[in-house]
Formats: sequence, C-alpha cells, structure tokens
Amino acid sequence: MITVENLTKSFQGVSALNGVTLDVEAGTVLGVVGPSGAGKSTLARCVALLERPDSGAIRVDGTDITSLDGSALRAARRQIGVVPQGDSLLRQRTAAGNIALPLESAGVPGPQRRTRVGELLDLVGLTDKAAAYPDQLSGGQRQRIAVARALAANPSVLLADEPTSALDPETTGSVLTVLDRARAELGVTVLVVTHDMGVVRKICDDVAVLEQGRVVEHGKVLDLVNNPVSRTSSALLPAVDLNPINESSYDRVADVVLVGFAAVGALLPEAAHRFGVELNIVGGGLTRLGETPVARFRLGLNGERSDSALEWIGEAGGAVQRSLKGPQGVAA
Amino acid sequence: MRSATPWSDVIAYLVEATGETLYMVGVSTVIATLLGVPVGVWLQLTAKGGLRPNAAVHRILSFVTDLGRSMPFIVLLVALTSVTRLIVGGSIGSTAVIVPLAVGAIPFVGRLVQNILSEVHVTVVEAAITTGASTLKIVKSVLIRESLPALINAIGVTVIALIGYSAMAGVIGGGGLGDLAIREGYQRFNDRILWSTVAWLAVLTTVIQLGFTRAARAFDRRRHASV
Ligand SMILES: Nc1ncnc2c1ncn2[C@@H]1O[C@H](COP(=O)(O)OP(=O)(O)OP(=O)(O)O)[C@@H](O)[C@H]1O
Ligand SMILES: [Mg+2]
Repeated sequence: MITVENLTKSFQGVSALNGVTLDVEAGTVLGVVGPSGAGKSTLARCVALLERPDSGAIRVDGTDITSLDGSALRAARRQIGVVPQGDSLLRQRTAAGNIALPLESAGVPGPQRRTRVGELLDLVGLTDKAAAYPDQLSGGQRQRIAVARALAANPSVLLADEPTSALDPETTGSVLTVLDRARAELGVTVLVVTHDMGVVRKICDDVAVLEQGRVVEHGKVLDLVNNPVSRTSSALLPAVDLNPINESSYDRVADVVLVGFAAVGALLPEAAHRFGVELNIVGGGLTRLGETPVARFRLGLNGERSDSALEWIGEAGGAVQRSLKGPQGVAA
Repeated sequence: MRSATPWSDVIAYLVEATGETLYMVGVSTVIATLLGVPVGVWLQLTAKGGLRPNAAVHRILSFVTDLGRSMPFIVLLVALTSVTRLIVGGSIGSTAVIVPLAVGAIPFVGRLVQNILSEVHVTVVEAAITTGASTLKIVKSVLIRESLPALINAIGVTVIALIGYSAMAGVIGGGGLGDLAIREGYQRFNDRILWSTVAWLAVLTTVIQLGFTRAARAFDRRRHASV
C-alpha cells in the first residue's frame, strides 16, 4: 500500500533521515517509534507531503508522490489523511465544519458533504458534538474530530503524528479506538508516529524503530516479541525480575514467550504433564498486544526430563528465550 | 465680547462636519481595506514560513509598506494634492481628501493584516494544506476566517486613525470635524464650537470603537460558554 524507499532528508547539512526504507501493508497499522530526534516527525512530514525529501521515494499504490506539484500534489494530499501533532482544528468552525474542510477542498457538493460529515461524526462517536466549537471540546474530543477530518475525503492512508502525546491514559484509549476503527471499518492503512510503546501495544500490527534517521528494526509486532534481542520485545514484554533465591531451588530456569490464547492457556500445563516435570512460573507476567494475549514467563523446572520439556515448549510454539540454568541454547 | 454661537448653529455645523468626516473616512476605509488586505495577505504569503515564501518579493513589499507607513500624513496630503486633482478633478473638498487618506491607510492596514494573519498557528495552516486545499482556499477559509475577529478590530483601529488624519484635511479644504474644531473653533476663538466638537469627537470615536469591538466578538467562536 505505502512504501518508503531509501528516504533521505537533511536540514542545513544536519541529516534527519538517513535512507529510511519501510512498507506498510494495506489495511494494517504501522507504528514508528524511536528516541527524540530520531527523525520520526521528519518522516511523517515527508509522507504528509509537507516536506520534500532530498532523495528516495514514497509510493502509494506504486506511484511515487514525492515530486508532484500543483493540482497533482493536492490530489495526492487527499489520498493521505493527516492527523497533525497538536491542536490543528479551525477554532472558528464547528466540529462538523472542521470535518467538512477536506470535502470542500475536494469540491464535494453541499448535501453529500453533510451526509459524509454525519458518517464521520458517527465513526468517532461525537454525533452530539457536531455544532460544538473546538474550544467547547476536550482534548481527546478535538483529537477525534481531527481524525474524522483526516478521514473525510476517503484517503487510503491515514497518518498520525503523536496523536496521543498530550492526552491522559483514558482519553488516549478513546483516540486509539478511533484509529483502530478506521482501519477495521474503512480499511485504511495507518501510519502512526509515537514515542509511546503503549500505542504500539494497543493498535499496531507492525512496528518500525527509528534511530538517528535509520530504521534499526522493522517487522510484525508479534514476530518481534518472539525475538529476544529485539528492542520491541524488551519494550513490550513484561519484565522478568531476577530472583536468585527463588531460582536456586530448580534444576532448570528459562524464559519463555507465549503468544496467543492457546499457547498462554495450555502449553505449560501440557508440558508439565507430558514430561512429568514440576514446572512453576517464578517471574514475568501476562500482557496484551492488540487482542492477542502475550506472556513472558520465567519458568523453574524440576525433574529429569526438564530439558525435553523446554524443547517441546519451543517446538509447540513457545519461544524459549534462554536457559538461565543448565545447558545453554535449548531454545527452539 | 462677541456673543456665543447659538446652539442650533453649533448643531448645524456639527451635523455638516460629521457628514463630511464620515464620508471621507468611510470611503477611504473601504478603499484601504479592499487594497490593504490583499497587501497584508501578500506580505504574509511571501514571508518566511508563509504559504509562498519569496524573500525578494517580500523584502520589496515590506520596504514600500514601511516607507508608506513612516511618511507623515501631512506630507502625503500635500504631495498627493496634485495627483488628487487629476483623479477627482479638483483639489478642494472632501472627495479630494479621500485619495491621500486611502493611500496613507493602505500600508497601515497591510502591516496590521500581516501581523494578524501571522498569528494563525502553523499546525492549523499545515492541517489545511494536508487536506489538499488550494492556496486561495487556505487564505479565505483559514487565514482570513480564523483571524476575522482581529481583522474587524483592525479595521476599527484604521477608522479611528483615519478620523485623526482627516482632521488635517482642512489644509486642502477638506472640511470635516477636525477642520471645524481648528478653523471655526480654535482659530476664531469660538470656545463653544471648539469644545462641542471635541466632546462630539470623543463620543463618535467611542461609539465607533465599541461597534467594531461588538462586531468582532459576534464573529468570534472561541471560548463561547455553550452551544
Ligand atoms: N525544520 C527543521 N530545521 C532544522 N532541523 C530540523 C528540522 N526538523 C527537524 N530537524 C532536525 O532533524 C532531526 C530529527 O527531528 P524530528 O523532529 O524528525 O525528530 P523526532 O523523532 O520527531 O523527535 P521527537 O520525538 O522529539 O519529536 C533532529 O535533529 C532535528 O533537530
Ligand atoms: Mg516529533
């Protein structure tokens, strides 16, 4: 759907993007994360066609949009709905009027415009606020209106730069829900820039980690959490605390990552039963990535066939990250 | 000791002079707005960070604007008298004063407008850009509409300033309230006319100022208590 190829951009000789390559599959949500100054906003501004990259391409449905001008540029902008960072609503227009702006730009006639605005207010759950002015809305409501505006002209791509940075956790949830609905109900491809791993945890299918203008990690969130050395797994999975006293009473101690209902629910009891070992969870915990339960547990095992049990867990779909006690490299 | 001018005559003087002032100021405000707003928009469009940044055009436009603004009105008035004579067919009368008033006010309005437009937040403008809006659409629906209350106030400030300038119109026989106060009141030691005119000017400018403030507020949708 959207492909970024070898994008570079520098400001007065200072490099902000240093050959960024990414792709987002149609109908999925990509989270772009990374430390401050990594180039996230610069990337977002290039994709939003507010900044022209020095080199490289940004393709939407195969067409490079980086070198367009005039009306072709404006048409391409309509293909990409943008939720800018911070307050971006017209304060002299109602919520409905703000949502109508892209439709006016696209020359959609009045009656159709009103119907479409109604649909979008419904999508973001703010039908009762149609006539409210931005100053009468809360920060989260304003941000949802901004999402509705970005979606008004039926873009194929939705781009949001730090859509939740100024919001409290509860309001953040309502904005993320709206982004998720946009993907689920309208099928748009979403690119969200954030410094908050919680956003990745809740709505992202894929993640790209940016550092000093380069992509240092890019892939499916559920794949990356299985990779013990990935930054994504260390940021998203529950921490396993070191507890040597507890661990000393076991023959084997290992960390294991389990993804999905079946794995989290059944794998460990099954392993204990099959191999006749004592298997306890001595650390770690359970979390949720989108709808998927994901666990990282530190296991303590006692019994002759402990290694076989760990091996079996690995083969059955769990990722045994490391064996802390006993032979190393039992991992699948 | 000359007897004071009868109140009925004072009122007649005031009515006539008020008509002249409102005519001069009204027409020149309309002209200055029609030409000054585009100048302000152009200044802002070409400014650094504007929608169509162009340093060369901006610098030239700024220079001309600031030159116009720093010119004392009395100098402009005299200098433009000959031009005025060509345009309105005579250099005497209220109509003749409109040209220098308008010319003097255009750069004034232009700078005010640019300052006001530059206050519209860059995120708001960029959000509009990303909707695929044309520059014209952004100027109308974002820059101007978002700052309409401030723009209305700026026109009010212009009207008050032009009432002040129009007082000098007496120099070329323009008439009006300032002229009445100076020629009939001050120079002829007619205190009644002088102070009546001063009081009336105070009332008039206050009412005008208030009217513009009200209008500005009526167009402002920020921080209204409820829907
Ligand atoms: N308009 C600009 N002019 C000059 N330098 C810029 C400009 N925009 C970005 N930069 C520089 O480019 C680099 C990347 O900035 P960018 O805003 O993309 O980072 P970011 O990842 O969004 O950071 P943050 O998390 O703090 O928002 C920084 O070094 C920044 O100083
Ligand atoms: Mg940023």
